Amino acid sequence: MPVTKAEAAAAEPPQAPHPAPSRTRRQLYEARQRRRSLGIAALSTGAVILFLVVLIPMAPGWGAVKRSFFDGEVFAQTFPGLLQAFLLDVAIFAWCAPAIALLGLAIALCRDVRAPALYPLRLFGIVFTDIFRGLPVILVIYLIGFGVPGLGLPRPWNSPYIWGSLALMLVYSAYVAEVIRSGIEGVHASQRAAAASLGLSDADTMRFVVLPQALRRVVPANMNLFIALQKDVALLSFIGPVEIFRQAGVYKSLLANFTPYVGAALIFLAITIPATRYADYLMTRQARART
Amino acid sequence: MARLELKRVTKAFGDNVVLDGIDLDVGEGEMVCLIGASGSGKSTLLRCINLLEPIDDGAILLDGDDISEPGRDPRPVRERIGIVFQAYNLFPHMTAAENVMLAPRRVKGLDREALEGPVTALFERFGLSDRMGHYPDQLSGGQQQRVAIVRALAMEPEIMLFDEITSALDPELVGEVLDVLRDLRGQGMTMVLATHEMGFARELASKVCFLHGGRILEQGPPREIFAAPAHERTRAFLRRVL
Repeated sequence: MPVTKAEAAAAEPPQAPHPAPSRTRRQLYEARQRRRSLGIAALSTGAVILFLVVLIPMAPGWGAVKRSFFDGEVFAQTFPGLLQAFLLDVAIFAWCAPAIALLGLAIALCRDVRAPALYPLRLFGIVFTDIFRGLPVILVIYLIGFGVPGLGLPRPWNSPYIWGSLALMLVYSAYVAEVIRSGIEGVHASQRAAAASLGLSDADTMRFVVLPQALRRVVPANMNLFIALQKDVALLSFIGPVEIFRQAGVYKSLLANFTPYVGAALIFLAITIPATRYADYLMTRQARART
Repeated sequence: MARLELKRVTKAFGDNVVLDGIDLDVGEGEMVCLIGASGSGKSTLLRCINLLEPIDDGAILLDGDDISEPGRDPRPVRERIGIVFQAYNLFPHMTAAENVMLAPRRVKGLDREALEGPVTALFERFGLSDRMGHYPDQLSGGQQQRVAIVRALAMEPEIMLFDEITSALDPELVGEVLDVLRDLRGQGMTMVLATHEMGFARELASKVCFLHGGRILEQGPPREIFAAPAHERTRAFLRRVL
């Protein structure tokens, strides 16, 4: 029976029947899917932006809003002054943050003491965190920032900087304490057992075994708190200090224009967005390390 | 006289009786192996001896001294009795050498310089001299467990407890850890092991105890227990594991 050429070819052992594909079928499929998703995402984003750009300027008040919030001249004129005022925000943050870290740690440790003689410390820790986590920050700033100087203290002890900062310290250390405590509780009991089995005291176990692991774990969560603190420093403007938010208000009154607020917002974002991204990065890295 | 003596030791977690009247003597230089199914009370027994768990009733005597007395400070006892855990429990934020030196420094008040020599010698003895600066997650399971043993030994305990220390290891790493135990046995260390390594127990134990339901059903030299178990449950257990 005659054999056709095609049959002969089919019968031969296949010597690379296809040119060795540089990518597998799966990879090709996924690349196609990726291109497709990217295209759709670009298209829909473009549509939304176009819609906004067309629609917002069609609002009846757009002209007025544009003049009073996005005035280039006002922006250029006030931005340096805003930056200057922001240095005060940074300074307040800079002296509050270390105090908050230490006070938060102390409160967290208070809540962990077991000795009956030290029960008042434990009680203090509980009451402290309950109160300061339960109040709006602005309320604490008002009560302490106006209340304490009202005692008629001599200069410089009547300064709103001192008492406003104290208010921030109290509120934020309550949050930091809770975060640290969750970290302490997250250290596995077997670590404490191992330390105890070696004869370490409770205090040494906490200091050398539990705390170092707990603090490392809560770095990202605490970073988020400190980012919030940097923003909340602006609340001190309500009791006096001319920081960036207050300065923007001054410019607004002076120039009858809201653009300085937009400038202030941009300055805050320039600090907080990179910091938030970094905290997120730390958190995902930690989650990955734990699995 | 026995170094360690357990008398009618009882321990319950809630309604769950884990140890139900344990009597056990451990003599100087003896290696006692506790065998039995998971949940038979082996680990709890070891944790009670190290005072990590308080016992409900009975007594634990160390050189005739009741260490299980409620309210007694457990720390001096733990300095004399070391324990190694199944999951190593190394401190992950410290290097191997720091893990080992922490307790001698803080509990015995020795300084780093004084410890350098003996600790290095311990690492060398167990084939770990090039691992002193490594963190636990840079070590294999077998190396971690050997570091954990070195950490316990650095306190120079009189008695060592081992809680299924090879159970979490890949099979090919078990041997290196058992070699350490063999070495300690040769040095005359007094030891109590909870173990599933029957071959090892048969080879080296001075006494084997079969635990079931919180009781020691049978104890004796390994020859007797493995060759001619008296109790039906012991026979059933050994049939399953051998």
